[in-house]
Amino acid sequence: MFRKGLVLGGVAALLLTVLTGCGKADSSQNADQKLSGNLTAVGSSAMQPVIEESAKEFMAKNPGVQVTVQGGGSGQGLTAAMNDTADIGNSDVFAEEKDKIDPQKVVDHKVFVVGMAPVAHKGVGIDNLTQQQLIDIFTGKVTNWKEVGGADQQIVLVNRPESSGTRATFVKWALNDSKELRKDGGLEEESSGNVRKIVSETPGAIGYLAFSYFDESIKPLKLDGVEPTNENVYTNKWKVWAYQHMYTNKNGKNKELEDAFINYILSPEVQKGLVIKLGYIPVSEMKVERDATGNVAQK
Amino acid sequence: MEAKENRERTDSLSESLKKPLPKILRAERRGRVLTYVSSWVLILILFSLIMFITSKGSSTFLDGEVQLANFFSTTWNPGEYQFGALSFILGSLIVSVCAALVSAPLGIGAAIFMTEIAPNWGRKILQPATEILVGIPSVVYGFIGLSVIVPFIRENVGGLGFGLLAGIIVLSIMILPTIVSVSVDTLQAVPNHIRQGSIALGATRWQTISRLLIRTSLPGLMTGVVLGMARAFGEALAVQMVIGNAPNLPFQLLEPMSTLTSVITLNMGNTVQGSAYQDVLWSMALVLLLMTLLFIVLIRWMTKRSDLSS
Repeated sequence: MFRKGLVLGGVAALLLTVLTGCGKADSSQNADQKLSGNLTAVGSSAMQPVIEESAKEFMAKNPGVQVTVQGGGSGQGLTAAMNDTADIGNSDVFAEEKDKIDPQKVVDHKVFVVGMAPVAHKGVGIDNLTQQQLIDIFTGKVTNWKEVGGADQQIVLVNRPESSGTRATFVKWALNDSKELRKDGGLEEESSGNVRKIVSETPGAIGYLAFSYFDESIKPLKLDGVEPTNENVYTNKWKVWAYQHMYTNKNGKNKELEDAFINYILSPEVQKGLVIKLGYIPVSEMKVERDATGNVAQK
Repeated sequence: MEAKENRERTDSLSESLKKPLPKILRAERRGRVLTYVSSWVLILILFSLIMFITSKGSSTFLDGEVQLANFFSTTWNPGEYQFGALSFILGSLIVSVCAALVSAPLGIGAAIFMTEIAPNWGRKILQPATEILVGIPSVVYGFIGLSVIVPFIRENVGGLGFGLLAGIIVLSIMILPTIVSVSVDTLQAVPNHIRQGSIALGATRWQTISRLLIRTSLPGLMTGVVLGMARAFGEALAVQMVIGNAPNLPFQLLEPMSTLTSVITLNMGNTVQGSAYQDVLWSMALVLLLMTLLFIVLIRWMTKRSDLSS
């Protein structure tokens, strides 16, 4: 154990001297940190791509640090952070929103933002819905696209499971907490990838996806004329978005490493780079702030 | 003098023969310890699994979080503490029973072909074919179902494609090899003199097969079918990809539906430990376990009957 630490430290020191030798600006910053140890991050699979990629770069910058990133879902992330079975719990909902989670035991770090939008099959014949129309569609009051000005085509709802974080955000901000219809003609899919596949293949299908899943095969719908873009999320003109949280336990175990990693994700390098590249929204660009109860304030 | 020496030698020989070498004794003991340990580990694992699932699954009701009547209702609305799992229980049952009904004649037919009609070349082709079917991972079955069977049903039969019918098709292919291999073993165990006797009485091959072979090996064949059904019941991934996962009662072929396994896999990751929502998922796991135990009891009972008949 001790010897292993020595070897790791030696390797880290060696690499750092090489780095400082190169004379880059950021290498001197690393030299006085000298991080080493293990860090685990568990939870939301929606956040996983960003966390995984930044973990790779973080490890490249800090040899001697081993970051393990696992999926499993927001519920597992929050449970792990609360019970301290992992250093960081990734979640796409606030701790306050989940049953049986004690928000007093964890610290919230909002690391980036994800926007979500209703998406439809290409043949539905419209690209804009009013919020009321969207609610009517998802509650089953409207069952044919022609009733909202589209093609004569039966509407097929593609939902996410009741416990999904994407679903929670969508129901809260796009459907105004209306209860979506689940029986009779609705589908339910486990992952966003499957939702995209099914919406693209099933005539008349409508579902909801994070911006990062948008591609040519589906049609994102405008809501009350507002387009689902990053710029509209910055100003809260597009309301259907959620913070992506990294929760840490309050006991402060492994705090140095946790803070270093979270600060790295919050650094402009990741926010302007990876986060945007993978289709998410940098939290640094947000012009508004939203709390767990949904109150919005200008920053 | 010489005779006495001789007797002494045979005495010591018989003595040493009676007592095995210590080396052999040690090997014996080692072997016994090894097998004992393995079987006890197995029993321990099984027991702790059953204990764990039972305590987790029953705590939902013992804590009074969810009433039994609530659990066995058909209203699934976790947001408002309505955890009716009956449509999922029925969904699991119906999809696996129907898959077994489709698969049983096919599997038994193929087994008869392999043992009675063309024992040589039929076996040579079908044996590796069924082995390959066993080897295909269930996610591949699910993906083929999602990409081929679902669009096919949507375009040619109607509905969304997702639903009971797609689930039955995917599952019946998945459980086919189980039914085939058990049936082949059973049919081969039928003594040859029964076949010879039947032919000697002037019966045709089909008469022999349908009136004698199938009848004598029926318990074994049914065991294969129940084994297949048990496999279908526990399958999660492939089914979940094609059945649509809506909490409907599973009475329409083309309507999306849910099974116990699909609800558990869909929700386990997103629920919080200790919440009523996750406890209900554990209760569903308990129902799954009990049903599987029931299947096994059924199989034991049937094989016992087949022992009596032969």
